[in-house]
Amino acid sequence: MKRRRSKGWLYLLPAILLLGAFMVYPLIDVFIYSLEEGYNSASQTFGGVGLYNYSHVLRDPYFMQALRNTFIIVIITVPVSTGLALLISLQLSKIKKLQELFQTVFFLPYVTNTLAVGLVFMILFKRTPYTDGLINLMISVFGAGPVDFIDGPYAAKMFVMCFYTVWVVLPFKILILTSALASVKKEYYNAARVDGTPKWRVFTKITLPAISPMMFYLIITGFIGAFKAYSDEVALFGTDLNAAGMNTIVGYIYDMLYGNGGGYPSYAAAAALILFAIVLTITVINLMVSRKHVYY
Amino acid sequence: MKIVLKNLTKVFSGKGKRRGEKVVAVNRFDLTIPDGKLVGLLGPSGCGKSTLLNLICGLEEPTEGRILFGEDDITDLPPEARGVGMVFQNYALYPHLSVHDNISFPLENLRGKKRLPKEEMEKRVLDAAKLVQISELMERRPDELSGGQQQRVAIARALVKTPGVLLLDEPLSNLDARLRLQTREEIRRIQCETGVTTVFVTHDQEEAMSISDFIIVMKEGVLQQMGEPQAIYEQPVNLFVAKFLGNPQINVFDAEVRSGRLYIGGADVMSAGGVADQPVWAGVRPEGLVADAEGPLECGLVRVEIMGRDTSIVFKHGSFTGASARAIVPTAKNVDRSAQTVRFSLNPEKVHIFSKSDEMRLNAAGGEGK
Repeated sequence: MKRRRSKGWLYLLPAILLLGAFMVYPLIDVFIYSLEEGYNSASQTFGGVGLYNYSHVLRDPYFMQALRNTFIIVIITVPVSTGLALLISLQLSKIKKLQELFQTVFFLPYVTNTLAVGLVFMILFKRTPYTDGLINLMISVFGAGPVDFIDGPYAAKMFVMCFYTVWVVLPFKILILTSALASVKKEYYNAARVDGTPKWRVFTKITLPAISPMMFYLIITGFIGAFKAYSDEVALFGTDLNAAGMNTIVGYIYDMLYGNGGGYPSYAAAAALILFAIVLTITVINLMVSRKHVYY
Repeated sequence: MKIVLKNLTKVFSGKGKRRGEKVVAVNRFDLTIPDGKLVGLLGPSGCGKSTLLNLICGLEEPTEGRILFGEDDITDLPPEARGVGMVFQNYALYPHLSVHDNISFPLENLRGKKRLPKEEMEKRVLDAAKLVQISELMERRPDELSGGQQQRVAIARALVKTPGVLLLDEPLSNLDARLRLQTREEIRRIQCETGVTTVFVTHDQEEAMSISDFIIVMKEGVLQQMGEPQAIYEQPVNLFVAKFLGNPQINVFDAEVRSGRLYIGGADVMSAGGVADQPVWAGVRPEGLVADAEGPLECGLVRVEIMGRDTSIVFKHGSFTGASARAIVPTAKNVDRSAQTVRFSLNPEKVHIFSKSDEMRLNAAGGEGK
């Protein structure tokens, strides 16, 4: 019995070592950093222990800007992308002809490089001395003046940012939802038809509950993914996100560690833990809501 | 409600690799199902019986032909306008709704003038639940129910709109043996209590025989025979029907009619009942073989199985065409179990003679003396 137990530990050892060294230890370390005041990474010294780092971060206008940007991106892109994906998936599952072709087309953005897509978006939206950009050409047809989406007003930049994020996350959601829709038993729809169920009721009472576990999965991962947004911002607005006013929380953490004014691991740690607290809260709320509305 | 099928045909065209192929699932059906009866639609797997049910239900559109409920032609009506209740093979209960909400679902669908007041709806749901005896399960989810209970919920859901026609697709196939016996009695009882014209699909002849008022036997999309169970058993129109009904299966011998007598393997076994001289298939029901030391048909004895009330004699004979030949006799008295051979005489009422060319029955119903 004893031998068997030690054997079990032996098998677990590689995973435990790796996880411990690269996951658990850094996590604990981050927590410790966040409490150490005036930590100096070169001399490995700190002045004291307390919540100063948190209060500093929360008073930092750049952090508040990043927080606001992140929240706007989350609140707009998660519902819009999930809803849009559902709509597209529903239509995709209805068509018979060319269904596979359309599925491939909708999935293409997923396998495309983020930075390449960002460049394309820049070309579409950016104003240069030579041209106003394709999108501006299009809206000028309707008589609207040219808008600088990349270096212009905040709302325009945020619009491009959300547009881009939705476009990038859409394919994965469509993929998941089309397969979820395909797995709903046809007999349910036949039964509903025999009973003369109106279309809207079929959707709300049969389709939606049937795919609710997948919807829930997409919403949770969508929230987490959007809170962790950073690379998409860089792709569109370049690395100096603070100057563009388009920084995100993860961007702020990165700046604190390595950016121009870098070398503040304590502030980065505090910001990271604030982000963790936010994501945790949102996920718990999601779980609580899902108890009522998700049917496994 | 009476159901009339007129020249009903359904052709499926193949998809993908099978493009261009045509499958005739239902082939020129002409029949009338009388009002208020329980009808078993019987046939081997893939013979088109579920398609026929879907045609009556309206889930499939016929390629040709008409369907009438009573005097009304409902061929072009969608399912919901036909007033049918359907129980699907896997019940198709909505998994996220309680039993109560599943049963009330069809009523909640009604809009405008047809919508019932709340109390009336509730009353209908409770009545339907009471009818199928699941009143105490109303708050459960389908996955908390046994197969038999799910079946009852499905029937209640189909009946709550008080349809003129109730259709059941393989209602017993998902149940274990004991539940199957119970549930088929239930279906019979519910049908009797409501008097709704009911059609159920099955591939199990015993199921069909035991509870149906009428049986429709089909094969490869073609109607073979319709009639009361006993009549079909006693007077099968062809070899297929004779083989399909009856358990143990009918014994089929390669036989011959010569000068008005039936010969099996050279032995003159009985009068051919007016059948012209020709080689034939002779189908003998297991209970039609009477153990008789003086009997004309001599067979090799394989073994004797005593199954409570009856005794089953497994034997072999050179002209027998199936896997194992069986006779069922009331007692083993006349059988010497250690003997190599056993002799039978034939009960002419249990012997059916079929043509070798088209396998249709040749002798008159019930045979005619020795």
